[in-house]
Amino acid sequence: MTQPALDDIELPRRRTRRLRLSAAGVIGAAIVLAAIAVAAFGWAFAPYDAGAVIDTEVFKPVSAAFPLGTDYLGRDMLSRVLLGARYTVGIAGLATLLACGAGVCLGLFAAAIGGWSDAILSRTLDALTSIPSKMLALVLVAGLGSSTPILVLTLAFIYLPGCFRITRALGVNIAAEDFVLAARARGERAGYIMLQEVLPNMVGPILADFGLRFVFVVLLLSSLSFLGLGVQPPNADWGSLVRENISGLSEGAPAVIMPAIAIAVLTIGVNLLIDSLPGRRRERH
Amino acid sequence: MNGPIAKLIGGRLVVAALTLVFVAVVVFVATQLLPGDVAQAILGQSATPEAVAGLRTALGLDQPAAQRFLAWLGGMVTGDPGVSLVSRQPIGPLIGTRLASSLLLAAIVAAVAVPLALAIGITSAVWRGSLYDRVVATATISVVAVPEFLVATVAVLIFAVHLHWLPALSFVPAHASPLQFLRAVAMPVLSLTFVVSAQMARMTRAAVIETLRSPYVEMAALKGASPARIVLRHALPNAVGAIVNAVALSLSYLLGGVIIVETIFNYPGIAKLMVDSVAMRDMPVVQSCAMVFCAVYLLLVTAADIAAILSNPKLRHR
Repeated sequence: MTQPALDDIELPRRRTRRLRLSAAGVIGAAIVLAAIAVAAFGWAFAPYDAGAVIDTEVFKPVSAAFPLGTDYLGRDMLSRVLLGARYTVGIAGLATLLACGAGVCLGLFAAAIGGWSDAILSRTLDALTSIPSKMLALVLVAGLGSSTPILVLTLAFIYLPGCFRITRALGVNIAAEDFVLAARARGERAGYIMLQEVLPNMVGPILADFGLRFVFVVLLLSSLSFLGLGVQPPNADWGSLVRENISGLSEGAPAVIMPAIAIAVLTIGVNLLIDSLPGRRRERH
Repeated sequence: MNGPIAKLIGGRLVVAALTLVFVAVVVFVATQLLPGDVAQAILGQSATPEAVAGLRTALGLDQPAAQRFLAWLGGMVTGDPGVSLVSRQPIGPLIGTRLASSLLLAAIVAAVAVPLALAIGITSAVWRGSLYDRVVATATISVVAVPEFLVATVAVLIFAVHLHWLPALSFVPAHASPLQFLRAVAMPVLSLTFVVSAQMARMTRAAVIETLRSPYVEMAALKGASPARIVLRHALPNAVGAIVNAVALSLSYLLGGVIIVETIFNYPGIAKLMVDSVAMRDMPVVQSCAMVFCAVYLLLVTAADIAAILSNPKLRHR
């Protein structure tokens, strides 16, 4: 199937702790920090109430009063994009944390225990990846609906197998290293070995994987919202904002272009950042 | 065909079949998760309990889940996936026409995207490190890193809004002439081609570079073979398997793009049917569409695997 070969994954080495970023990496890091700041505090800087209709003219172009124009009801787009960051970054961040947290735990467990439990866990989670992520998301939304907590869980569930797979592969590789064999010979317990010897040595690749998976989650969440099946009105993430204002596309209204640009800037920013991290790898959702 | 290859391919087919059964279980369970009764949903809140009970029996909802699953799976296999809850139409013919439209769209996209992506991928591999290669790399990464609806939106903005070359919506009249049809599907095809060929070009480039780094290519270069001869005679024949693998995998990403593009352009394909049915919670249609989608996806991924097996010379000359 489409599994990456094990030797594609670079094993980490102990190295000096200073993280050196390329110019592109610095830009990426700045974008990511800005996105987190906007998601956390953006509402405080919103010039208007994001839900209030404040102008009679819809799909206004960019102006001093409305830096991103107005939307299909005459609401201020800047305020709506600032508020939308909370949903896009917040939901995607939470879902990725959940997916990676659970994936790392299960992956370490499978790598530590081996044998039948490992085989069953690996095969089941692998089989889940044979459903295209958008299709799995549609089926789960059909079955469970799309309230915000359910969306977080659904997205986490879809990207858990990928995180499990990389953790398990790294875990199995690192467990064969000399320092782990030494710990085993000292008579350390399996739990201690996994948490104290193996886990600290996979932090780099796991972080890069976290970033990559965050991008996938943002893309999937925006696509779902764009289809009208993600974040539900009156709340709106950036994908919903594009959908709401799609009728302004024929006029080239900023209301439909700006949230789309926001998504693109975020995903490209995260990509730039993880490309400059050590132990990176690429994969398509 | 010799023993080991047949055995490997047989193994892949068995894995694909087992995976499809697993997918069926996931789809069936996921669409039954929400508490709530289909019979009640059909009849509405004002229905009498007797009517609901009667419909439950008629729909077979009073049977155990495992039995319902087997009945449903049997219906899928024999081509009788049930009746839509919303339109009360049988699902089989409904999906049949929609699937035909989607396959037509996919075929046109493949016919445009595959040659384009191969040309881009191979040329940027041959001239790797050049300005052309860097421009292609930046462009393809940007397309891969943004959502499909953004690509489609930008395409509409450029070709329909600013240049007025193409209609923004894909409306195909009942008795369209071939030219009308092509004009109507041009925007969806264009958007999908961007998405698919970006991915395919990247993978093709990687595959060709891999062969260009091999010792026999170095040998050919040392012998004094011309660059064209090295690429066409030595590198490409050995990269064919990897390229076919890349093409099949990229076409499986086409499925994700189709979901978005059909919805944006109102193209009456199976993905649009699926999205509409999810919005209306029309579970039997959702299940059937999901199964058709996953079956096509598995088919492409398995084809990619088999291409990789067949092109491995270590297995061929044993």
